[in-house]
Amino acid sequence: MREVFEPTSLDELEQVVRWAVAEEAPLEVIGRGSKRGLGRPVDARAELRLARMSGIDMYEPDELVMSAAAGTPLIEIEAMLAERHQELAFEPADYGVVLGGPANLQSIGGVFACNLAGPRRIKAGAARDHILGVQCVTGHGETIKAGGRVMKNVTGYDLPKLLAGSYGTLAVMSRITFKVLPAATDRATLLLSGGDMTKLLTALRRAMGSSCEVSAAAVLPERATARSAVPEVAGAGRALAALRVEGTATSVGYRLDALMRVVARPAGLEAIRLGADATRRLWREIRDVRLVDALAPLLWRVTCAPTDAAAVAARAAPLDPEILFDWSGGLVWLALGHVPADAGCGQIRAGLAPGAGHATLVRAPEELRRIVPPMHPEPVLLEGLTRRVKQGFDPKGVLNPGRLAAAI
Amino acid sequence: MDMPEPDGAILARQSEIVARLRALVPSEALIVDEALRRVYECDGLTAYRALPLAVVLPSTTAEVAAVLALCNAEGVKVVPRGAGTSLSGGALPVTDGIVLGTGKLNRILEIDLENRTVTAQPGVTNLAITRAVEHAGFYYAPDPSSQIACTIGGNIAENSGGVHCLKYGLTTNNVLGLELVLPNGEIVRLGGKHLGSDGYDLMGVITGSEGLLGVVTEVTVRILQKPETARAVLIGFPSVEQGGSCVAAIIADGIIPGGLEMMDRPAINAAEDFVGAGYPREAGSLLICELDGPAAEVDQLVETVASIARQHGATFLKVSESEEERLRFWAGRKNAFPAVGRISPDYYCMDGTIPRSQLAHVLQRMRAMSEHYGLAVANVFHAGDGNLHPLIMYDANRPGELERAEAFGAEILKLCVEVGGVLTGEHGVGVEKRDLMPEMFTEADLAQQQRLKCAFDPAQILNPGKVFPRLHRCAELGRMHIHKGAIPFPDLPRF
Ligand SMILES: Cc1cc2nc3c(=O)[nH]c(=O)nc-3n(C[C@H](O)[C@H](O)[C@H](O)COP(=O)(O)OP(=O)(O)OC[C@H]3O[C@@H](n4cnc5c(N)ncnc54)[C@H](O)[C@@H]3O)c2cc1C
Repeated sequence: MREVFEPTSLDELEQVVRWAVAEEAPLEVIGRGSKRGLGRPVDARAELRLARMSGIDMYEPDELVMSAAAGTPLIEIEAMLAERHQELAFEPADYGVVLGGPANLQSIGGVFACNLAGPRRIKAGAARDHILGVQCVTGHGETIKAGGRVMKNVTGYDLPKLLAGSYGTLAVMSRITFKVLPAATDRATLLLSGGDMTKLLTALRRAMGSSCEVSAAAVLPERATARSAVPEVAGAGRALAALRVEGTATSVGYRLDALMRVVARPAGLEAIRLGADATRRLWREIRDVRLVDALAPLLWRVTCAPTDAAAVAARAAPLDPEILFDWSGGLVWLALGHVPADAGCGQIRAGLAPGAGHATLVRAPEELRRIVPPMHPEPVLLEGLTRRVKQGFDPKGVLNPGRLAAAI
Repeated sequence: MDMPEPDGAILARQSEIVARLRALVPSEALIVDEALRRVYECDGLTAYRALPLAVVLPSTTAEVAAVLALCNAEGVKVVPRGAGTSLSGGALPVTDGIVLGTGKLNRILEIDLENRTVTAQPGVTNLAITRAVEHAGFYYAPDPSSQIACTIGGNIAENSGGVHCLKYGLTTNNVLGLELVLPNGEIVRLGGKHLGSDGYDLMGVITGSEGLLGVVTEVTVRILQKPETARAVLIGFPSVEQGGSCVAAIIADGIIPGGLEMMDRPAINAAEDFVGAGYPREAGSLLICELDGPAAEVDQLVETVASIARQHGATFLKVSESEEERLRFWAGRKNAFPAVGRISPDYYCMDGTIPRSQLAHVLQRMRAMSEHYGLAVANVFHAGDGNLHPLIMYDANRPGELERAEAFGAEILKLCVEVGGVLTGEHGVGVEKRDLMPEMFTEADLAQQQRLKCAFDPAQILNPGKVFPRLHRCAELGRMHIHKGAIPFPDLPRF
């Protein structure tokens, strides 16, 4: 049985890391465990769980800032923000179910450590765009802080951004300070149909290139629409493009009209409108990847330039995936019902030219994630740099070794 | 300000080093003549000057790589430079090193309206990016007041902001891809036109790294469609306190204005004298609140802001009725620095950020300091995000005044840290705030930042003497202080 440490204070956390460093004992660093299945499996001697380092220690709504211990459940944070009509603008996704566990489990530390953003990524940025400061224990066994609590800060390197998306491989975050924003008072979705995939994807880009401040843009192939619990979507019987606008009621109505004028009519697409509640439900389904088969053995997440979306899907077509396009086409979800030996790398990852995007194997059996790198492999010079950065933070390799890549 | 002791051996090899550089770049890309080198001896922080060994102006990534590889191998220091508008001495040369300027890397490489991106070489100016796409209604959002001159490469290095960054983000939130040359000549590419990459967010740390990690040779940024309408509201208050609480109330109401700027009376008057923007001279503070978006929404927001302002004691309120008027409202604010430059022989621009709730307290303490040092100060303030620009007025020709201005400035920045803020919001640490870093960071914090530096630049040839008060050798920083058997098994709750 592996040891499980659950520190309750920064002091205890530091003790665990120092012990691991002294013993060169690899630790699996876990917030509340909702995303353990994401990335390469970690072979660790002990688990370090942050669930008992929990609690919101500062929230100043007029200053748009909050600070919380890393293990604080996201739902607790979202509930407190909702009381003041605020939110995390990057719309954190919940991969709990997709990764075979429950929903609503994740911690704020995990949200930032994995830098996962939902549909509003295209307008509001990712988790990394909202992190302001961190306190953490590095693989040197030292507690450090970086960043601050103010919105604008260039004092020293932006280490909070480096830690966002580092999957606990550089330092264990103990406390995070982040930006929060007012939540919109109204929202609606325009559902467009009557065109093929190319036409619908073009409509997304046209909408994003307008001044309508679209906050989310997705294309749902027919199979995806059938999985929705929103009647207007489920009953569509054909592929849909979905455009979300958020703001005050006046502004939402005005912008929906504008989208009809600049996007729907010129393309000859039919349109219906979804109200606030249905909008909320639909985009939660998209955010949490519920419109492709949640039980499919393999799930790929491909980021690319929006104009490459159709090509990404076409290359994967021989694998017969269920597909969902988010981020105006810049995010392509591919769920595979069977398991090719290379997990589909040949069609999905190999087709992406260097710099053209990343393909992440989000869901796959553990044995396969040891053979096929779940994270998009880096070119050799960049990998060298990555290794030196890791070395600088965690020279003994005790923090989540192997999670990002075998050599990291 | 102490800079690292110049390396005598390098100084002695100047002509040999120049000869080696000559083999790597065309002759017009190498500046050796002393009078011409002088042009590069300082940046926007003119109090500090140093003459570099040579100035190199490469025009390709390959040339940048070759120059860096040579300098790295020979131990020659390199100071990257864009337009030289840094206000923190980030581009200040060192006498035993070269300046690597991006003046000839000045081409826009690709405009991709469909994906809403522009890819440019680092020497392209901030404004040129907007100019290149405005025919199609697009613009590049971060808009530093220096945007006519400053380069996109410099913006990356400083993570520059502008008056619209409360709503649209800083440089770091608008960059999608970078090409970076490491000191050893290796070329790495990060990001691209896609959002979200696996692996460490190295783009995130390079942005704001003040030229210490590598030379940026290509940048891909996100462009946005111009808002349908934008209107600015000028609001005058009897006191700074009232202005401050109005800002808090606007944001508490759920409004994120496109711009939200504040000026105190000395700044209002200096700006009014200079551009005649129609500011109320008698006001204790002036807010410029810009609301943008669809016309229907903007009209509604203008109403709301006006009513909040009245509740907070506004004594002056004017809404722009035309694009011309909106620009005039901004002209005063955007020219605040030169406006202060007209009424004082010299001024020293500070750049701390504070939690907004501390504004009144900080300004009050600043008034006391102003009396103590016998130097006047005018304040312009990115009010929405708490970024304060006190402009300390002094006369460098009067003995001791520069030193007094610097001491005053340092005291302001320490105050910013004391109230929960930071030393610099957007101008960078450079040489200027280098020695104040320990006010904000512990030894351990700074050591970890320097370990990051070592991953990129183990020989520490890039921009030495900036940001970090003490240089440590990378080998020393890498040493582990915890050894096997030293720590007992932790006595902690476990399962
Ligand atoms: C009147 C005035 C108003 C200003 N207003 C603002 C403002 O509103 N907001 C704001 O944020 N700043 C402002 N600034 C500061 C300054 O303009 C910015 O910091 C700007 O981004 C610097 O760009 P530059 O091209 O002049 O860079 P430089 O001054 O040449 O260099 C700045 C730093 O960047 C590094 N660097 C430059 N190019 C590269 C490269 N290609 N690769 C790696 N490192 C590089 C240099 O080594 C140096 O450390 C203002 C300055 C002035 C003089």
